[in-house]
Amino acid sequence: MAKIASSVSKQASALLAWVDDRLPVTSFWKAVMTGYQAPKNFNFWYYMGSLALLILVIQIFSGILLAMHYKPSAAEAFASVEYIMRDVDWGWLIRYMHTTGASFFFVVIYLHMFRSLLYGSHKAPRELLWVFGMLIYVLLMAEAFLGYILPWGQMSYWGAQVIINLFGAIPTIGEPLTQWIRGDYFISDATLNRFFALHVIAVPLALLGLIMLHLVALRENGSNNPDGIEIKKNKGPDGTPLDGIPFHPYYTVKDIFGVGMFLIVFCFVLFFWPEAGGMFLEHDNFVPADPLVTPEHIKPVWYFTPFYAILKAVPDKLMGVLTMGASVAILFFLPWLDRSPVRSIRYKGLWYKVLLAMFAIAFVRLGLLGMAEGTPAQTWEMRVWTLVYFMFFVLLFFMSPRAKTKPEPDRVTH
Amino acid sequence: MSSDDVNKGRRRFLVATTSVVGGVGVGLAAVPFIKSWMPSAKARAVGGPVEVNIGKLKDGQLLKVQWRGQTIGVLRRTPEMISGLVKNDGVLVDPESLQAEQPDYIHGEQRALKPEFLVVNLHCTHLGCVPQIIPQVGPQPFDANWNGGFYCPCHKSKFDLSGRVYKGVPAPTNLRIPPYSFLDEFTLMIGVSSKGAV
Repeated sequence: MAKIASSVSKQASALLAWVDDRLPVTSFWKAVMTGYQAPKNFNFWYYMGSLALLILVIQIFSGILLAMHYKPSAAEAFASVEYIMRDVDWGWLIRYMHTTGASFFFVVIYLHMFRSLLYGSHKAPRELLWVFGMLIYVLLMAEAFLGYILPWGQMSYWGAQVIINLFGAIPTIGEPLTQWIRGDYFISDATLNRFFALHVIAVPLALLGLIMLHLVALRENGSNNPDGIEIKKNKGPDGTPLDGIPFHPYYTVKDIFGVGMFLIVFCFVLFFWPEAGGMFLEHDNFVPADPLVTPEHIKPVWYFTPFYAILKAVPDKLMGVLTMGASVAILFFLPWLDRSPVRSIRYKGLWYKVLLAMFAIAFVRLGLLGMAEGTPAQTWEMRVWTLVYFMFFVLLFFMSPRAKTKPEPDRVTH
Repeated sequence: MSSDDVNKGRRRFLVATTSVVGGVGVGLAAVPFIKSWMPSAKARAVGGPVEVNIGKLKDGQLLKVQWRGQTIGVLRRTPEMISGLVKNDGVLVDPESLQAEQPDYIHGEQRALKPEFLVVNLHCTHLGCVPQIIPQVGPQPFDANWNGGFYCPCHKSKFDLSGRVYKGVPAPTNLRIPPYSFLDEFTLMIGVSSKGAV
């Protein structure tokens, strides 16, 4: 037996050598996994990147299977989704995987972005890493919006109506632009058909390209860490950082543990609570789209509601659209707005803790208000939190270079 | 070839002109693909005018018809509704409908060819929802001094019975009036003004 095993392993390494002469498999694996030194003090927040990749795989996998049964036409779309739910073997599982995956994608991405705010991961030299991440986030929002049209329920239809009409607020070219997007004078079969094409081909391809750039940029400078200090400053005699450990096997194992924990939560929602009380799948979307009847209360899915609240807070249409656009656009500039000499919240001082807490509360509160009915009192509250949201960036810009910081340690702490 | 022989200016000129011509070519070649997103010939044909018989409309009744996928409302207004319009002027953004999108033969507070029939594009000028008609005069949850009109459930925009927008709501302008004309007393043509189709 031992003889056969050793001969098989010899043949396997011969095969690998043959491949290596033609494709840099081993050297690539070493460069990005076993030879790549990651800071040894990663905590909970560092699970999110690998979890986002996992969800991407879940979404592509379940999406391909859904596309085999779904019909992208106004006449058939709603019925084909119900067909998937009732008649296709395990179709309900595949669809709930996709809808639950969409919401969890945003949960994970929001936590991933918040990690950056905590530890200053967007600061030099990782600005491009952050910008690619923001582009991924914007594309992800587009992908989610396009996908939300496909079931062709009431909320699909009227949500799309509201969002596409946002472009109509642009002076002069607004109206022709909305016609160009819809391919009709109203949201119709043409709109659904093209949104399907964008949802399953165009946006996912662009997302994959950007995710690759995001990862290449990550490996170029390496991950930041909760202390926000550069581990490459302290190198041992062998030239590897003293505070670094090889990504594989240390962080692959840690991430697999994270995947296990994540899947427990994910599967619980998937099997027992897929509608999440109307948050992940809205009740109105179980009614087929009807261009003649507007639902009582139109609201986007939870991950868009903070921005929707900012839109509603502004009484003027064009200004509302611009303010909402600005609330996303300003995030792109975060690396240049944060002028602090230190990266991590641990050494920035109390002012940043207060500022970031206010920002987080504003974001969550805007999200809740964006789902609400919109009484006058709520509109005023939305205005207050919108102001807080933007003040975070203004105060960060002016306070970060001036505020007194705590001394950073030489070596990472836990 | 030695690099001394390179005519750098000529090389730059050639690179620049090739880039510009190539760029223009790419731009022009993109036209068919961008245009393919516009409403197709079929969609344009379906978007033709719509004939509506309004003879059976009762007083105060709203008829909804579709034109170009838009919901067009035809409201038969009672004399009280018409005379009540003047009272709203103080709470309206644009009582004279100067900024509204409407044909030039529509004007005044009645905003109709025949005051009895209001023909209006029911899509809210904020984000395109369809407001509900609440014709009763009297206090409503959203307005204590309600004088009858349209109320949008999406973002609380309010319009009077001529589709004129209230102050302090998200909708920026009055409801749009589509081009229309009367073929005879009770036959309405939506999409065709007296001057012809649009």
